[in-house]
Amino acid sequence: MDALYGSESSLMDSLTTQPGFTVYRNTVLKGSTDALLANFPTVERLVGTDWLRSAVAIYARLSPPTDARLLHYGTDFPRFLDEFEPAREMPYLGGVARLDLLWTHVHCAIDEPGLELSDLSQFTETELGNLWLTPRAAAGWLWLPDCPAYTIWRVNREQLEMPEELEWQGEGALLTRKAGRVHWQPASAADCAFLDACTAHLPLDLAADKAIEAEPDLNLENLIIRLVSADAFVSMDLGLSS
Amino acid sequence: MGHTPIMNKPFQIGAGLGLKPNHYEDALECTVEGLWFEVHPENYMVGGGPRLAWLEAIGERYPLSLHGVSLSLAADCPPDEEHLKRLKMLADRVQPALISEHLAWSTWRGKYHPDLLPFPRTGEALQRIAGNIQRTQDILGRRIAIENPTHYLHFDGHDYSELDFLTELSRRTGCGLLLDVNNVHISAHNLGFDASTYLDAFPAKAIMEIHLAGFAEDPGNSTLLIDTHDAPIAEDVWSLYRRLIERIGLRPTLIERDDHIPDFDVLLAERNRAQTVLNLGQNQRLQVAI
Repeated sequence: MDALYGSESSLMDSLTTQPGFTVYRNTVLKGSTDALLANFPTVERLVGTDWLRSAVAIYARLSPPTDARLLHYGTDFPRFLDEFEPAREMPYLGGVARLDLLWTHVHCAIDEPGLELSDLSQFTETELGNLWLTPRAAAGWLWLPDCPAYTIWRVNREQLEMPEELEWQGEGALLTRKAGRVHWQPASAADCAFLDACTAHLPLDLAADKAIEAEPDLNLENLIIRLVSADAFVSMDLGLSS
Repeated sequence: MGHTPIMNKPFQIGAGLGLKPNHYEDALECTVEGLWFEVHPENYMVGGGPRLAWLEAIGERYPLSLHGVSLSLAADCPPDEEHLKRLKMLADRVQPALISEHLAWSTWRGKYHPDLLPFPRTGEALQRIAGNIQRTQDILGRRIAIENPTHYLHFDGHDYSELDFLTELSRRTGCGLLLDVNNVHISAHNLGFDASTYLDAFPAKAIMEIHLAGFAEDPGNSTLLIDTHDAPIAEDVWSLYRRLIERIGLRPTLIERDDHIPDFDVLLAERNRAQTVLNLGQNQRLQVAI
């Protein structure tokens, strides 16, 4: 197997010295690298196909796929990019790759009916505080604290021109799926903290506390309207917490 | 070996196409009679979303075939249980007319190596692979077809010819065979045997499906041909296919194209050519019978 990834192996000389062995070696590598190119289209647009092909060839030798579903291949590729010396000048690249992964996750997640704002109107304020809101599987969010990776991702994903000046600050993103298409919007640190708390099965009032910790002057009502309108939550099997 | 129920719905015999996402709209709008589509199930083992909805929409209009590339039936261990469960779930969902896999391996010690890798055809391998096929058929509750792979290596230590190996697998497990004519053409060139002789001896009754595809010359220094699926079907392969159909009659025939994918109409023209071969072969057999 090492020989398949380019290491020498005298044990298999009768096979590895045949030109046909190189065909298998090339095909295995091509299968992995093609999958990674497909899974990180925004990274490809940023760095170009040749640069990315070189990077993923190194990564593929270090981390062959562990899952035959190649659309999931590359879950630790963002971390590889974080530490990849030739990417040192692009500190946002790992974040952009994380958003590409998130896009695939949202695109392929199970179908669930989304919560509507009108679903919440039936509850009193006290009942609302005790509600458990469950984020949809087809909702993904990410807070990237170090750089405007979301803006860079979005501009490239939408194939727009990069603005001449970027505000160099942390950003978050919320990706959801509506009518079969993946949508994205900026997410605040409070949005992400609230969604994280909901994922951890905290009731709404405790999730709100987490959001306020992240953003002390938070307008909670706006946050809930924003996230519910984005189709971030599963529709009502709304058990009340005891 | 246990009994495997055969629950395939009747397969509409004809020529079909490998389905690519960029041909989704074309496929849905196409009105060619007898058309069917094949996909790699690994690309649709997802929880939900548009990818799966798209496949279901195609499946409502045409017969579907799931052609796996990663079950790794020739590996030194049974097929991955989770993978088999996912295949079963997908099959239950889209009710394919056919499910197929390869006589090859691709997983080892938890890693997936995306290719169809060779192995020595020994008695031990036969027993192991028959068990893996049987396990797969038992879980799916249906017969599958096993494809002859492309060969690039001269292997010492084969106890069986490929034909004898496939025939014995079919006999032991009840599985069908998927005969890839392009693979035979390439392997014959690469290993130095006669493709027509191989095809003439291929067990006709077991053939559930035929594959046709294009190939390329090795861009390296060798004289090998490579199964790239990135070009039109070669005339030599069409000749082998015509000869095969004249011998065995109609079989579902798939045009495979996985790279340098042209417009849908270009692929459809190749598919129609295969359909013409099938029609002519059928007419000739009818005339002989009369």
